[in-house]
Amino acid sequence: MTQAFSEHFGALQDHLPGQDLPWLTDLRARGLKRFTDSGLPTPRWESWKYTSLRPIEKVDFAAEGVPRACVSIDRAPSLLPDATESHRLVFVDGHFRSDLSSLGTLPKGASLLPLSEQLANDPDWLAGHLDHLNDAAAQPMLALNTAMMMNGFVLHLERGTILPHPVEVIHLGGAGAAPLAYHPRNLVILDEGSQATLIEHFSHIGEQAYLNNAFTEVSIGQGAILRHYKLQADALNAFHLATVKAELGRDASYDSFVMTTGARLSRNEASVRLAGEGANCHLNGAYLVRGEQHCDNTTVVDHLVPNTTCREVFKGVIDDRARAVFQGKLKVHRDAQQTNGHQLSKALLLSDKAEIDAKPELEIYADDVVCSHGATAGDLDHDALFYLRARGIPEALARSMLIEAFLGESIDQIAAEGLCPALMTSIGHWLADTRGDA
Amino acid sequence: MLEIKNLHATVDGKEILKGIDLTIAPGEVHAIMGPNGSGKSTLSYVLTGREGYEASEGEVLFKGKNLLDMEPDERAGEGVFLAFQYPVEIPGVPNTTFLKEALNAVRRYRGEDELDAMQFVKMVREKTKLLGISDEMLKRAVNVGFSGGEKKRNEALQMAVLEPCLAVLDETDSGLDIDALKTVANSVNLLRGPENAMLVITHYQRLLEYIVPDRVHVLAGGRIQRSGGKELAHELEEKGYAEFTGAAA
Repeated sequence: MTQAFSEHFGALQDHLPGQDLPWLTDLRARGLKRFTDSGLPTPRWESWKYTSLRPIEKVDFAAEGVPRACVSIDRAPSLLPDATESHRLVFVDGHFRSDLSSLGTLPKGASLLPLSEQLANDPDWLAGHLDHLNDAAAQPMLALNTAMMMNGFVLHLERGTILPHPVEVIHLGGAGAAPLAYHPRNLVILDEGSQATLIEHFSHIGEQAYLNNAFTEVSIGQGAILRHYKLQADALNAFHLATVKAELGRDASYDSFVMTTGARLSRNEASVRLAGEGANCHLNGAYLVRGEQHCDNTTVVDHLVPNTTCREVFKGVIDDRARAVFQGKLKVHRDAQQTNGHQLSKALLLSDKAEIDAKPELEIYADDVVCSHGATAGDLDHDALFYLRARGIPEALARSMLIEAFLGESIDQIAAEGLCPALMTSIGHWLADTRGDA
Repeated sequence: MLEIKNLHATVDGKEILKGIDLTIAPGEVHAIMGPNGSGKSTLSYVLTGREGYEASEGEVLFKGKNLLDMEPDERAGEGVFLAFQYPVEIPGVPNTTFLKEALNAVRRYRGEDELDAMQFVKMVREKTKLLGISDEMLKRAVNVGFSGGEKKRNEALQMAVLEPCLAVLDETDSGLDIDALKTVANSVNLLRGPENAMLVITHYQRLLEYIVPDRVHVLAGGRIQRSGGKELAHELEEKGYAEFTGAAA
């Protein structure tokens, strides 16, 4: 597979944006070397212990330098009730589709562009920010992304800029003539005191398998706020790997929620560095998986300075032979006194063959901290189920109500008006499918 | 309406009910009294179909249909209602959603049209007003953070909304202050009519001052030891259950 991806690079080379930029050509070359040196991660790696990428190796992925012209859709499926109020970017098979996108009117101090355009407009600014949060740690998928990134989005808010409407990024996969692999690359830079809401929606329009290997770098300056929400509803033959690396300055705030219903295999990895006093992050998520799906949520949080807070709650429902993974690493560095770090994984196992692997990992080098972790896994509450049924509610509906309530508590925490109903609807559809409703 | 014939039931492999015979006609209120551990709650769970409470012998006919062959929700659809001794807390499900889903499920079962949101709200408002229950209770998650009295009031409200033919009240008086007791008794009495029947399970005679029974049965050792009129309840209040627990041993 490593070989195949390296060949993709050859096929893509002439189409990759920014070829006239030596710094970028260097960056890509280094990425490709790191990837070919290490190969795909395997379960022998501690951080990939529960997630094997072998299923990816069984698909003969191609890379596509130029988008197929014939993909025709009227409009992209927005998660927001009033999509005209948002700034929307649409990608089909990883390629930016200006005809489906509407960037809208941005306030002064705000810039939102596809990566390719940003490279053309202001490559120097990009050189100063791109790949700055990518550390030396061996992360082959990020190295691969860096080598082959074709497009993505760049959001930059200057000091004090507040975006009144959300940015919605929609990815549609599966439209290719063959299974495609692509590597979206995103950059979010919020300067001091700025605020934005970013919503990502991954879905599909064709029948083909695809591999989406996304990497988003997020830098949140002093007192700035990023609300970052994502619904991954990719096709059930798709592979979704997404990594977010975020760095928070003083009193900065990052509120993240990832909901997973799609993909044959998915991994959401969030790596957050709380680098300024008073920085605060929420890394929350929900997932509903069944069949042979595999869903991995991995978080790594570094508390680097005093008085930082992180709260993580991941709740999921696992049916059939599906498997979920939660890995939560929390590292409190020596100076990071008064750290407040909590993580919780709660899974509902709806079948005997369903599986959750929850691995909390706490490394604490400061002495005055409050940290906790917890993991629960179990069936639906039998007493509650009987109570509902004793009131006339048929079992399948009673089960749905309890599952919806279990996940709804997480969804209610999302601070983006208009998004919660869309997420509840997608839960409702999943449950209706489970019940076999027409 | 309800005919229980030679009902035996086991819980965790242990026989708890050892041959119960009981017939309740429409319009009647029967009370089952008995000491702790006599099988009172087991009877209520066997009647409503709780998992783990299996009838090993005998039969139960409800309006001529074999109740024991039905799922719990089908029994509710037929018109059996259990007021729980310990109402269950269900986080994340608003009380009003629960009531509406339950009512419409029962209506679907009966082949009636579902109520839309407006019709439902109107109907529930009438019931809460009638029972003197605050609407605020409808917005909260089912029984979550409710006091003992609120939970029992909520059971009464569910009963009023679902309008069952047969209400089984399992130790509804336990842990209730006098006001809550009156609310519950009030809701039971509102339901009382020539077409409806009640089975009131209680340890104490107190509730029976508000819900006056037609028949009183003493359950001990898994069998009905004695049956009589409402005066039997007063007798038990004075003498206790010593006579029956002795007989059962």
